[in-house]
Amino acid sequence: MENLLEIKNLTTRFHTEDGVVQAVNGISYSLKEGETLGVVGESGCGKSVHALSILRLIPSPPGRIEKGEVWFGGRDLLTLDEADMRLLRGGDIAMVFQDPMTSLNPVFTVGEQITEALILHKGVDKIGAQDRAAELLDLVGIPDARNRLDDYPHQFSGGMCQRAMLAMALSCDPRLLIADEPTTALDVTIQAQIVQLVMRLQDRLEMAVMWITHDLGLVAEFAQTINVMYAGYIVERGEVRNIYKKPRHPYTIGLFGSLPRLDEAPHTKLTSIPGQPPDLSDLPKGCPFVDRCGYRIDQCAEQMPPLEPTDYGNHLVACWQWEEVAGRKTL
Amino acid sequence: MSADKNSLVKVRNLKKYFPITQGTILQRHVGDIKAVDDVSFDIYQGETLGLVGETGCGKTTLGRTILRLYKPTDGKIFFHEIDLMELKGADLRQARRRMQMVFQDPYASLNPRLTVSSIVSAPLVIHRIGDRRERSERVAELLHMVGIHPNSLNRYPHEFSGGQRQRIGIARALALNPELIICDEPISSLDVSIQAQVVNLLEELQERLGITYLFIAHDLSMVRHISDRMGVMYLGKIVELADRNEMYLNPLHPYTQALMSAVPVPDPDASKTRQRIILEGDIPSPANPPKGCNFNTRCPVAVERCFQDDPSFIEINPGHWVACHLVT
Repeated sequence: MENLLEIKNLTTRFHTEDGVVQAVNGISYSLKEGETLGVVGESGCGKSVHALSILRLIPSPPGRIEKGEVWFGGRDLLTLDEADMRLLRGGDIAMVFQDPMTSLNPVFTVGEQITEALILHKGVDKIGAQDRAAELLDLVGIPDARNRLDDYPHQFSGGMCQRAMLAMALSCDPRLLIADEPTTALDVTIQAQIVQLVMRLQDRLEMAVMWITHDLGLVAEFAQTINVMYAGYIVERGEVRNIYKKPRHPYTIGLFGSLPRLDEAPHTKLTSIPGQPPDLSDLPKGCPFVDRCGYRIDQCAEQMPPLEPTDYGNHLVACWQWEEVAGRKTL
Repeated sequence: MSADKNSLVKVRNLKKYFPITQGTILQRHVGDIKAVDDVSFDIYQGETLGLVGETGCGKTTLGRTILRLYKPTDGKIFFHEIDLMELKGADLRQARRRMQMVFQDPYASLNPRLTVSSIVSAPLVIHRIGDRRERSERVAELLHMVGIHPNSLNRYPHEFSGGQRQRIGIARALALNPELIICDEPISSLDVSIQAQVVNLLEELQERLGITYLFIAHDLSMVRHISDRMGVMYLGKIVELADRNEMYLNPLHPYTQALMSAVPVPDPDASKTRQRIILEGDIPSPANPPKGCNFNTRCPVAVERCFQDDPSFIEINPGHWVACHLVT
């Protein structure tokens, strides 16, 4: 299948008073039409910033996309002018944000907010937009959709707000949906509803989905490819089964060790990763994981390893020691 | 389950209602938010009792009411057979020394203007324990216990990361050698790799000091990891209470079953074969809970009786309690 999105050497930095924050450090990958990509990492690993960079939504100043190319539909998004970019945002690429309660504007009705995008992007009239908005709310499973259009966001629960956000994102038939931790603020039973909904809609609308999350368990269920990010780098990338069954990067292995397992005996110790993520405004010269890594060699402190193919398939890892890791790994 | 089953805490028919009032002057009482509604359970000495539930189910209120940070509307709480409801003033303060709390948000629960040493020694100062020198020795010992470097004594909370702050919060809770610590979502604001560190620390401390935990969280897999027994709360009530393995292998309440199946499992193979129960709708408002069983609006198997009577909380198997008409 064809590549829908291709990112080359994307680098985003924030120039603050306390120094330069290296949020995204030259990442490259591609996303196919209709594919589901999971982007996994802890807070501050650059997963959200990289998504915002794709849409050029980085607040500037202090943020700046320093380098790189973002190819989407034959165009480099980083060179488009602002007018074209606006057409694209909410058009071909839609985004759903983490906190549904704050992403909706409290002073406009839900209906007004959904129809806004339709009128802007599709050029439909107000009545047509109303009909379509009701259809969309119905599609995302809000009962009595037509009447709920006149409700304000505070009259919706968290789960319903997120459904409304989804309706808004889907209103212009995007080819790529970027979901930035859309369920983090929601309870597990509501999260399950939203995940099921997005998967159903993806099948129906044939769009690609980029699902950003810190929850390793969540994306295991539906992603095809996983990018694991750490300190602004993609440290491991591969098919979902390989990532979960045969992780090759010490950080990925550490993340899995930090999760409680269902088949463990009571009070087994979790194998946590010692230390904490590095300060992004003061990254070490070599691999950013070096201070927490049990496999480090001298080279690690000197040079950042490239994201390279490993022993099987299209599984990529950025670690000098991955062969060692693969051999010794007994999890 | 723990070897000796001495109850440290006994909670009997505990209720905590928050009044809803109308009007600014007369403040007419028009209803109640039933945050905790008729809850009974025991916490055994030396165990970890995990309490799970979704936002607004009353788990935090329950934790705080046990410490009498809220005055209960009705019901009894016994701590070592002492009725906490009867205690006042100095006696209550004495009892509170033996139970402490670790809070959810390590950014909000430490005073930004105080140094680490004044934060951790605050409980000692309040309870007038030791002189200055003894206190500072104790603080150094506590910080060592939770893995904070002793040269941090004169630093301020903003100089620490979330995980380290949570360790400072734990050190403060340990200062008075409590028997019970109520951990209110102590890890939910931390990253995965840091969560594991804090959970390991809590377990180590329990082993060394024999502390009893009430561990409140919404992350089922972590609660299952740390707990000996687990309780599931829904809309102000405990709907099921059992041994951790029993709860996992044999959940009886339909809500527990749905909750278990909604937890993501980090294994692509398992999640394909797993049967998922996806609940419809949202949690009803605790100000206006439905008649009968409070889960009846979302329950996939509700029968007519569930809309009439409230099920009682009964021991269906030894140590396995459940509140559901359909479980017999």
